[in-house]
Amino acid sequence: MGYPHHPHPRETTVLSKHFGEADARTLDGWKKRGGYKALEKALGMQPVDIVNVVKESGLRGRGGAGFPTGLKWSFMKPGDGKPHYLCCNADESEPGTFKDRELMRWTPHALVEGCAIGAYAIGAETAYVYIRGEFTEPLHWMEQAVKEAYAAGIIGKNAMGTGKRIDVHVHRGAGAYICGEETALMESLEGRRGNPRIKPPFPAVSGVFGKPTTINNVETLIAAAPILMNGGDWYKKMSLSNPKSTGTKLFSVCGNVQRPGTYEVVMGFPFKEFLYDLCGGPLHGRKFKAVIPGGASVPIQTMEEAEGTLMDYEGFVAGGSMLGSGGVIVIDDAQPMVTVIARLARFFAHESCGQCTQCREGTAWTTKIVERIRDGEGTIEDLDTLLDIAEQMTGKTICVLSDSCAVPVVSGIKKFRGEFEALIQGRRFHPVTAAVA
Amino acid sequence: MVDAKIVNLTIEGRSVSVPEGTTILEAAKTAGILIPHYCYHPGLPIAGVCRMCLVEVEKAPKLAPSCATTVAEGQVVRVHSEKSLDARKGVLEMLLINHPLDCPICDQSGECELQDYTYQEGRNDSRYREPKRFNPAEDFGGDVIYVPNRCILCTRCVRFMDDVAHEPTLNVSERGDRALIGKFEGKDMTHPWAANVVDLCPVGALLSKDFLNKARAWELDRTASICPNCTQGCNVIMETRENQVVRMRPRPNENVNAFFMCDWGRLNYRWMNEKSRAEHPMVRGKNGLVATNWEAAISAAARVLNGKKAFIAASPMLSNESLFLLTQLMQAGGGSGTFRVTEGEEAPLPGVEDLALRRERAANVYGAEKLGFKKTKDLLGGLGQGDVLVIAGEDLAGIDASAVARAGDVIVISSVLPEAAGKASVVLPIANFSEEEGTVTNLRGRVQRFTQARQAPGETRPSWLVLGDLLGAMGKQANFFLPSEVFAKLATSNPSFAGLSYDSLGFRGLPLVDAPPTGPKAPIAVAAR
Repeated sequence: MGYPHHPHPRETTVLSKHFGEADARTLDGWKKRGGYKALEKALGMQPVDIVNVVKESGLRGRGGAGFPTGLKWSFMKPGDGKPHYLCCNADESEPGTFKDRELMRWTPHALVEGCAIGAYAIGAETAYVYIRGEFTEPLHWMEQAVKEAYAAGIIGKNAMGTGKRIDVHVHRGAGAYICGEETALMESLEGRRGNPRIKPPFPAVSGVFGKPTTINNVETLIAAAPILMNGGDWYKKMSLSNPKSTGTKLFSVCGNVQRPGTYEVVMGFPFKEFLYDLCGGPLHGRKFKAVIPGGASVPIQTMEEAEGTLMDYEGFVAGGSMLGSGGVIVIDDAQPMVTVIARLARFFAHESCGQCTQCREGTAWTTKIVERIRDGEGTIEDLDTLLDIAEQMTGKTICVLSDSCAVPVVSGIKKFRGEFEALIQGRRFHPVTAAVA
Repeated sequence: MVDAKIVNLTIEGRSVSVPEGTTILEAAKTAGILIPHYCYHPGLPIAGVCRMCLVEVEKAPKLAPSCATTVAEGQVVRVHSEKSLDARKGVLEMLLINHPLDCPICDQSGECELQDYTYQEGRNDSRYREPKRFNPAEDFGGDVIYVPNRCILCTRCVRFMDDVAHEPTLNVSERGDRALIGKFEGKDMTHPWAANVVDLCPVGALLSKDFLNKARAWELDRTASICPNCTQGCNVIMETRENQVVRMRPRPNENVNAFFMCDWGRLNYRWMNEKSRAEHPMVRGKNGLVATNWEAAISAAARVLNGKKAFIAASPMLSNESLFLLTQLMQAGGGSGTFRVTEGEEAPLPGVEDLALRRERAANVYGAEKLGFKKTKDLLGGLGQGDVLVIAGEDLAGIDASAVARAGDVIVISSVLPEAAGKASVVLPIANFSEEEGTVTNLRGRVQRFTQARQAPGETRPSWLVLGDLLGAMGKQANFFLPSEVFAKLATSNPSFAGLSYDSLGFRGLPLVDAPPTGPKAPIAVAAR
């Protein structure tokens, strides 16, 4: 996406309103745009009222699982005598997803504000922003924003002069996909190897340093500020189909489309119009073949499925996939599906932490088989073996990385079996050879 | 135990009642059901990573790892349902795809949990067609070798070093299917308790250098015994092959050694296989010591002792039974008894309360003192001119022949003939620790039984039998046919031992009546990390 940013007229810019405005990254610029008003308002409220507003708004987690944010915040019992922590999951590593990167690049103060509001709402004095190791530019802006906010007394021992303490720390990860899993993130934050923990206990009971912890995605926390300013009802009304999915959602689009980039639309937007109108449709002379709508770990959609889908949590499920993190990967008819799936499987095999047997062995085995099929060495039995391995990898491990590896393989074989069989039977894949405009 | 709430549940159709907080895996054990598992070990924190112990819990959407799931009232658990069997079959196949299947040359073969469960419920074949992963074997230092190809990454070894030995040495290096057990820079497995990882390893990935390629598991005879190498009295399994002790391994006892034993104790077994032994009873004739039969030797010894003051230099390796009979011998002529004990450095295992390789390196120091033997540095210091010196199991190492010369007469009741006892008039060869049955008392006053692991050479007899016969020949009431009878006599004549018997001791032992009170050993903090 080129900057300065010109949003598409059909976008609804709430979080991405100030993308492309270099000035918005500074404290002064951010204040000019109405920044930190929401925090000021929040600090004047009771934490439980903030939680209630967020509950009313219907905001759901934007990291992938879609858990109601207000409900999550309400798990943190005030006055239990323990320190509480807020974690912001900025370890955005899901292939095809780059919305949090843009948010932190252009509106770092929005995240500082979101963290401060979230921390106050759950009774925490400390918020950790666990930022992906590769995000060097967002890290730079985030660190600068935190520094400015401390210097201006917005956060710190006496946040905005209210006597309340809110600390925000930016912690840089070392670049492991698995550290985006919430409990692995906590292990990593504590200085250990980033292995997911067994749940229960859930983070709300025992999270960072064994203390009650809430962990939220970047986009979720940033959304808290406009919700507080405009009210839960305002946010709730931004929904085009299912009332359970409210507000706006950032989608990052990559792959074979005319205009890849980050788009913000209201929940329930028609996916077909999104792909053909906002994203500009397929490349010249090509046709869309498949879409992975929510980052690499959600099922692949065929074009028929995708075109009938409404873009919200329920809509994507009805369309045979999931909203996930909103990382839309578009695949056109020039791409051999088996190669795409082999690449995805290799990613998961590389990123598996290796704790659980099914994941450690299964992701690597899957990769080897799919790559063998891709190279024309497969047999028809391999497909059954792959489905069986995928079954063993689903729902049996500590975290869902193993399931995530199985998902594209299973959906790929089910929906594009012909391409697998063609390779197995020795017919090469003939891509559409068209000049790219 | 504080009154814990009791939870009732059903496992494989059997009703089970266990205290609240128990895991399904442990609850199943109480019902006699072993849920297959690899990473779980009762002496280590829970990891929940092998995914082998998955069971079906009614009304739960997913299979539950039974090692990490606590019981709930009214739960219905299926261990061998189609769903859980299928999951375990899947885990076994996955564990085997990169496993070398070199069982014919693997030390673990025959006592390997991967073998056992694969035979029990694994697939008959593998669908894996790809090349296997390979990593070279690595010397981990100490007694430990690591063979990464066989490793199933259960991390028991890592957790042992971190959470029990409190000396982080091992880690999981790399990630995904490249993962293997690594050693921290500059560290190795020379911790005095490090070799326990070999026992903990469920497969043949961690091997003992000492035992390497020595024997196949099915050739071994296994005997419940006590480690005689220090006063801790760790419960062990003594393993013999062709009448040679080839390995000692810990036998769980939560009151003494939990699941562990130290490297020193474990590797110090060769003396039990000593070749140059006193094998025949001997009596001094005109031309020195001459082999004779037992009757002649016993009556010769009785003649020497009768009416004389006996000074007994005993070994603290002797059983309570033998030491008790020696005291009878002592009392016959108003004699006395001493013993000495070799010492070394104490090495505790921090993760288990009151468990250490002790300073005093002998099995029955506490028992010997309790029975009236005096611990001394100068073994023969109290030997009076003209006393009959009875050398009982003591090797007299470092003691000058001139010190022995003070004795009026010398009787040797030992497995090995000490050089300094050259002027002995009678030699009665006895079995060593691994060759007889008896009890020893550890430093906390716990009486524990050990049994015969190997056959004694030549005409050697168990020490309690020899001493009983000797007392009989001296006209004492001592008609013993079994060590348990000696112990019964001991229990009636020594108030400390009152009420104890072989039956009540079992193979877990009991404390003496007047043993200092020790709380139950707190198992190490079992918590998910």
